[in-house]
Amino acid sequence: MNTPNNSQPPLWQRVWRSAVREPFTGDRRSRLRLVMNNLILHLHPAQVPARTLRFTYTWGLGGLAALLVVILGATGMLLETAYTPSPDKAYTSILALSTRIWFGQFVRNVHHWSGNLMVIVVALHLLRVFFTGAFRTPREFNWLVGITLLLLTVVANFTGYLLPWDQLAYWAITVGSSIIVYVPFVGTGLSNILLGGPEIGPATLLNFYALHISIIPIAIFGLMSLHFWRVRKDGGLSLPRGVDEPPVSKDENVLTVADLVRPEIIWAIVALAAIALWSALVNAPLEALANPDASPNPAKAAWYFMGIQELLLHFHPLVGAIVVPLLGLLGLAALPYIDSDMNSVGIYFRSRRGRWLALFSVAVGTWLTALYIVLDEFLIDWVGWLPGIPTLLSNGVLPLILLLLGIIGYYDGIRAGFRATKCEAGLSVFMLVFTGFVVLTLVGVFFRGAGMKLMFPWEIIPTH
Amino acid sequence: MTDQKQTPAAPEHLPDPTPRRDFLRLGLTALAGVAAVEAGAISIGFFLPRLNEGEFGSVFKCGAVDKFPNGSVTPFNEGRFYLVRTQEGGFLALYRKCTHLGCAVPWDQAKKQFICPCHASVFDQTGAVLNAPAPRPLDLFAVTIANNQVQVDTSRAISRDRFDQTQVVYP
Repeated sequence: MNTPNNSQPPLWQRVWRSAVREPFTGDRRSRLRLVMNNLILHLHPAQVPARTLRFTYTWGLGGLAALLVVILGATGMLLETAYTPSPDKAYTSILALSTRIWFGQFVRNVHHWSGNLMVIVVALHLLRVFFTGAFRTPREFNWLVGITLLLLTVVANFTGYLLPWDQLAYWAITVGSSIIVYVPFVGTGLSNILLGGPEIGPATLLNFYALHISIIPIAIFGLMSLHFWRVRKDGGLSLPRGVDEPPVSKDENVLTVADLVRPEIIWAIVALAAIALWSALVNAPLEALANPDASPNPAKAAWYFMGIQELLLHFHPLVGAIVVPLLGLLGLAALPYIDSDMNSVGIYFRSRRGRWLALFSVAVGTWLTALYIVLDEFLIDWVGWLPGIPTLLSNGVLPLILLLLGIIGYYDGIRAGFRATKCEAGLSVFMLVFTGFVVLTLVGVFFRGAGMKLMFPWEIIPTH
Repeated sequence: MTDQKQTPAAPEHLPDPTPRRDFLRLGLTALAGVAAVEAGAISIGFFLPRLNEGEFGSVFKCGAVDKFPNGSVTPFNEGRFYLVRTQEGGFLALYRKCTHLGCAVPWDQAKKQFICPCHASVFDQTGAVLNAPAPRPLDLFAVTIANNQVQVDTSRAISRDRFDQTQVVYP
């Protein structure tokens, strides 16, 4: 076909030009413009300080979490088309993934392991930001957004846990959602709304399905955008610093394309390959069809709730499941507003003394938590020692007050005994409490057998 | 107010426009608040539990009184409860959901106890707690006996702090 105007380029070129306005020539200006004019690359600034590219500073954890969201979205959309959210069809549709649908088992494995991995990656990302003091001014608000994203990640995992409708799913969600009942005044009402009735049933499955495939993913997507945007608005990443290095205010800038984008793509491909390999070798668990008449022994919540379930063995439920986790969460949210020492931003564990104290606190936290768990199993009996007093006081408020006094004592002890700054002592308390939570989780997952009795992992007889 | 500084001074023969703006702003804020409350109420109302007739939540006919010997514990799985007949011949309907974390509590006939598999709570035949962590006895469902027939209403679980004789229903 002849075009009347010979100066116009061919049609395919005009279509391409309408989408990509400027041809990429590879020079400096073109690289800068590429970042600014591309929707996805635009999450990055056009240039970044060279030292923020150090892999051992960020470990690529934020990017890895974002990659996992993409993987979960893609595999989730595939799984949606093969799944029926009703009690009599859910389990069969999961079985069909492994028998009748091409790559069904593999796609489910990738989704399952990526979801679990995301809880770990997001938690490690939070630790990285805490360890380097990167949550301080002006990044306080983004710390809060990050905590919300961590919670949403856990809720996304929790709602997805029920969908296979096997014994594991049914009883883990029973135990998990029963924790909500202990919220004062509104607990039962909240639980009824979430479950769509007094017990897990068809309404629960539909509610969880809706939460899992639309409500939570949309919330995560929105907050992720806010999180990325705030990173840029808050001046990019905090600058890493050696432990004895003076504060750095400016650094040599490098171009985002390709000094940042290239390692990101390489890291993403490596991570994707690792997840695919793992998913090809290890199947996501699936137990027998859910049976509301028979709780398995032991009945455990999902692993990321085992820390809380372990607390429930030691405290009155209101304290163990609501007050202690809420205090922990509030403490976490308050961190950037109470720990505002700007001198140590960018230094892992604040200082040389901070590094030593962090290690010391991990050791103390491990021993104290393990010791209390063993003592509580065989010796401590608050209810028996204080008969006639409501168990909320004897087994709840009293040990809680002792715990809080212990933490305050530890803070003061570190301040006085090691001449630590407030910031270093705060780090020590964080390490102590966090280690305690990790030990509780590990004990709950690996050291609890039938009847939730304390035993070694090799003594536990698998129920399936 | 800072608003007045930003607003150009009004000609003297006109009334001060600020009260009207304040009023309109207040009205808009109030309307936005009403809209938010409405959206919230609709969402919560939409999510409220929907119970079906004839399933768990309705009245179960358990049968004649004589079917249940004294000291027996009979499970009704569809109704999620145990019908207990005490040594004295009275009836109790125990909701089988553990008051600790909601597991289904099985009856151990040899030990004559309810032992929860999840966190080792132990209850006696009347549902009273023998061993923590359960914070209160097993919940009850209302038992009615008419014409020698036992009926259990599972629409509402009755929670209690301890077992006492008034909870037992005699034929």
